[in-house]
Amino acid sequence: MAEAATMQSKSDAIWAGWRRNIPQALPAILTAVVVLLLWEVAVRVFDIRAFILPKPSDILIEFLNELRLFVTPGSQSILFEAAKTTFWSAFGGFVIGCGAGILVALATARWTVLSEATMPFAIAANSVPIIAFAPIMNNWFGILNPASKMAIVAIIVFFPTMINTVRGLTLVDKRQLDLMTSYAAGGFKILRALRIPNALPFIFSALRVASSLSVIGAVVAEFFGAPRTTLGVYITQQAASVNFTKAWAAILISSIIGIAFYNVVLLAERWVMPWQTKRRQAN
Amino acid sequence: MADRAMPQPVIAAHEVSKIYNPDSEEQVIALQDIHLDVQAGEFVSLIGPSGCGKSTLLRLIADLIQPTQGDLKINGKTPRDARVDQDYGMVFQSATLLDWRTVQKNIELPLEIMGFSSQERRTRAQAALQLVELEKFGKHYPWQLSGGMQQRVSIARALAFKPSLLLMDEPFGALDEFTRERMNMELLRIWDETDTTIVFVTHSIPEAVFLSNRVVVMSPRPGRITTIVDIDLPYPRVFETREQPRYYEKVTEVRELLRDAHEV
Repeated sequence: MAEAATMQSKSDAIWAGWRRNIPQALPAILTAVVVLLLWEVAVRVFDIRAFILPKPSDILIEFLNELRLFVTPGSQSILFEAAKTTFWSAFGGFVIGCGAGILVALATARWTVLSEATMPFAIAANSVPIIAFAPIMNNWFGILNPASKMAIVAIIVFFPTMINTVRGLTLVDKRQLDLMTSYAAGGFKILRALRIPNALPFIFSALRVASSLSVIGAVVAEFFGAPRTTLGVYITQQAASVNFTKAWAAILISSIIGIAFYNVVLLAERWVMPWQTKRRQAN
Repeated sequence: MADRAMPQPVIAAHEVSKIYNPDSEEQVIALQDIHLDVQAGEFVSLIGPSGCGKSTLLRLIADLIQPTQGDLKINGKTPRDARVDQDYGMVFQSATLLDWRTVQKNIELPLEIMGFSSQERRTRAQAALQLVELEKFGKHYPWQLSGGMQQRVSIARALAFKPSLLLMDEPFGALDEFTRERMNMELLRIWDETDTTIVFVTHSIPEAVFLSNRVVVMSPRPGRITTIVDIDLPYPRVFETREQPRYYEKVTEVRELLRDAHEV
C-alpha cells in the first residue's frame, strides 16, 4: 500500500513537472511555428523547386499519407517499415552499448587497475569517428543483417557511457568516503550506498547523449549499405530518384524517433532520481 | 573488571606521533608525542591554530589514518577494532549528507550498513530526530534545510547507532555566530541526555571553554599538546554562563596559552 502510494506520488510529481514545463516551452513552440510558416511562405513566394526545398505542408501530407497506409490493415507503408527497422537497430545498439558501458565501468570501479589500464584508451576511442567502421561491420555481420548496424551504434554509445559512469563512480566526496569508512562499510556497501547513487546523474547525462547518438549512428550506418526498408537507404534512394518530399518525410520521422528516444530517457531519469526533479522544481 | 579507582579510559594515547612522508625531504611531523586520556562521559575539546594536528589526532582516533609511532587505544581496543565495532560516531565540518536520501534515510544510513532491521532503523532514526528536535523534517531532502539544521541531522546520524564516543571535527565552523551558540546549547543537552563521551575539534576559544570539561591546547610544527586546561564551570551551562567572570578567566587563560604556544 505504502509502496503504491509512493509510486503514485512519484508519477504525480513527474506529471506536475511536465505541466509546469508547458508554459516554459511556449516560446520554443512559437519559434517552431514561426519558422515553419516562414519556410512555407518563402517556398511559395519565391517559387522554390521541390528538389531544393519542399514545402513543410507537403512533407507533412506525405508523412500523414504514409501514416495512414501504416495503420490501415492490408496496406503497407515502406517509410514506416523502414522507421521500425532503424528504430530497432538504434534501440538494440543503445541497450547493448550502454549496458556494456555501465557494466565495464562498474568492473573498473571494483578493480582500479582495470580503470587505469582502460580509461586512456576509452577517452581516445571516444574521439575516433567510429561510424567509419560501418563498412567493416558490414563485412563482419553481413550488410543485410541488423546486427551490423546495432554493432556500430553499440560501439558509438559504449565509450561516452563508460567514461561518464567511471567518473560518477570515482568522483565521490572524500568526506563521504571517510564517513563510510567510519561505519566500517565494505567495498560493496560503499558501491551500493554511495558510488552508484553518486554516478546516476553522470550515467543519465551519458544516456541522453547516447539516445541521440544511437539514432544518428543507425541512420548513417545504413548509408553505407543496408536493406531497402531502413531509413538510411530510404533517404538515399528517394533523394536519388528526386522524390525529395519522401526523403524529407523520412528525415522527419528519424527526428521524431530521436526526440522521442531522448524524452523517454529524460522520463526515466526523473523516475529514477526524484530528488533531482524536486530540486530543479524548487530552484 | 577494571580497577574501580581507575576506570578504563575511552581514549588512551601514549607517545603517539604521526609523520607524513617519513625519511624524505617533504617529511612533515603532524603530531609529536601525544599523551592524552579521555574518561567516559567527558567533553574534551582540541583547540589550536591550523596545522597543529587537532584534526589529525581526531582522524587517528577514528582509524581513518594510522599513527607512525606510539600506542593508541579506544575502549581498550585498537582504533581499527573500535571502528569495526562501531564504538564511535563522527561529525564533520560539512554535514556530508547524501543528496539522494531524505533526512530520515540519511540517519538510517549507518544503521543500514550495520544491518539493523527496517523496523529498528525507523524507530532509531525517529528517536535520533527527536533528540535534535527535527522530528517534523524526516521526509525533507537535505537541500531543503538550513546549514544549522543539516548539521543537526548529521549529529542525529552519528548518534543513531548509540556509539559510546562522538568525534566532532569543527562541526559548527561553517555556521554563523547565533546558530553556533544555539547549537552549542543543543549539543550540551544531547551530551547530557545520552552519556556520550565527546571529543570536539574547534578553533573557537569561547566555544571550547563553554562546552568542555577539559580543553586540550595544541601548537603547530610539530603538532603537540602544550597544556590541558580544566574548565571548572558547573554544568548545566546556560546562556548566562558566558557572562560569568570565571568564564572570562578561562577564555583568557586559553587565549594566552594559545598565544604563547604560537610564539615558540
